[in-house]
Amino acid sequence: MKIVVLIKQVPDTAEERTLVPATGWLDRDAADNVVDEINERALEVALRVKDADKSTVIVVLSLGPDEATKAIRKALSMGADSGIHVLDGGLAGSDAARTAAVLAAALRGTNADVILAGNESTDGRGGVVPAMVAEHLGLPLVGGLNAVELGGGKVSGERSGDSGSLQVTAALPAVVTVTERTAEARFPNFKGILTAKRKPVATLSLADLGVAATPAHAVVLSHSERPAREAGRKIADDGTAATQLAGYLIENRLV
Amino acid sequence: MANILTLIELTHAGAVAASAKGLLAAAASLGTPVAVVASDQELSPETTVQLGMAGAGVIYLGLGAQAVSVLTGPSVEALEAAVAAYEPSAVLVANSVDGREVAARLSVRVGGAMLNDAVSVRLDGGRVVAGHSIFGGAYDVESAVEGGLPIITVRQGAIDGAPANDGGGAVEIITVPLSGTVPGAQVTAVNDAPATHSRPELRTAKTVVSGGRGLGSKENFVLVEQLADALGAAIGASRAAVDAGYVDQHAQVGQTGVSVSPQLYIALGISGAIQHRAGMQTAKTIVAINKDGDSPIFDVADFGIVGDVFTVVPQLIEALAARAQ
Repeated sequence: MKIVVLIKQVPDTAEERTLVPATGWLDRDAADNVVDEINERALEVALRVKDADKSTVIVVLSLGPDEATKAIRKALSMGADSGIHVLDGGLAGSDAARTAAVLAAALRGTNADVILAGNESTDGRGGVVPAMVAEHLGLPLVGGLNAVELGGGKVSGERSGDSGSLQVTAALPAVVTVTERTAEARFPNFKGILTAKRKPVATLSLADLGVAATPAHAVVLSHSERPAREAGRKIADDGTAATQLAGYLIENRLV
Repeated sequence: MANILTLIELTHAGAVAASAKGLLAAAASLGTPVAVVASDQELSPETTVQLGMAGAGVIYLGLGAQAVSVLTGPSVEALEAAVAAYEPSAVLVANSVDGREVAARLSVRVGGAMLNDAVSVRLDGGRVVAGHSIFGGAYDVESAVEGGLPIITVRQGAIDGAPANDGGGAVEIITVPLSGTVPGAQVTAVNDAPATHSRPELRTAKTVVSGGRGLGSKENFVLVEQLADALGAAIGASRAAVDAGYVDQHAQVGQTGVSVSPQLYIALGISGAIQHRAGMQTAKTIVAINKDGDSPIFDVADFGIVGDVFTVVPQLIEALAARAQ
């Protein structure tokens, strides 16, 4: 089985994230860039398939600037076999539609049985790119899975919805997305770090992929930073804190 | 006026999803709302009236057995047909698990572009503009689509549904058959979440009481429930509390859970990691009770108590009850 895992480099959510004032685009220099945790979980799902069946081939695919190479190398050190980096200055500021069209073009050549991704990135949080990729490729999307079973020519799993959960299944090939309820990602081991350097990473440009511009695109019109919250009253409990709080809530008509 | 399509989601039991009212109200602010529904059966008179009262003048119904057995594909097909029939100036879909997948597929099919997780919509000289609150409310952003159809996912609970004041619920129903041409996963079983208490829904609650790792155990988490019930509040939790099994994951507030903007947010035993703050710092008033005075939650709290939740919260419940007497 061949599994392609989509990975995205995002600013670390544990740090303050900012926008570039001139464009309203993500400021990639403001915080450390890391592999999005949800993608690491998707990769872990793939690696467990490979643990059970060594013939499994795992490719990681990332679209992003030069630095995204680091995310790909990390995935290779965790156990993926090879990488594809879609790298082109013309992709800066791409919206979800453009991103998905380019990813789909890169995926067409891979002959993947499964395209695995996180259900939403922690930066954009749109949760739409994998479904767009599925539509471009004419594949079913088995999305938002908390638990995944891959094998026997199909994918099955538990999908959490807004009012409960569903058991869902589809024949392969398919696009599959996982939630943070799936596998906890492993750490790269020493051997993995050493072998990652020798694993192949193909770099593709827009010219290599020949993707037409999408008919419509999303643009940022304006953006403004909200003033940070200021800390208010802070008291140490001396036995009267609860009464003081009750008074505060009543005074401000909050209860 | 321009037509605005809204995707109305139905639960598997056939009930209209809670997101419908807000979507129809948002659509009414932009043009003439058309409710698009995929269903395996004709809509009940109650459903029709419900959608009419919420502002739908027309219901465009995609009818087919696969509406309940195939994931998202039937809704994509119904919307695609409605786009062709109504030439809308925008499509509004709930930013729900199903909704955003449907919207994403539709955008590729019709060559539109997506504006994700809108908290507001408005017209600006005929153009539809979406407002977003990103990075946990740190930035307000407005966006629009150039050169094609805007397909907008709307954050659930962000736009209030207002009852329509004209039309009185009179609805025209257009029914089209679903052919099943959009690939989708098969649904093999449905497990409804256990019915929750009479507590308000987390996303839209005016008051939220959340518990964190500081509660220490699943048994102790009952303290959160007691305060929530005393205040008529919804229950939230930090990821740590969810991971520790104190409470169901549907209660998780934060970066990877639900974002809430209540009038009052009370954090009990929550240290306030940035990922949690991202989901609650747009609350109007924040109260935090935590043992560790250095917890970052106090940086955003309007009223912070450095103390033991097991001492302070029972006293607070008592003080509030005394006031009610």
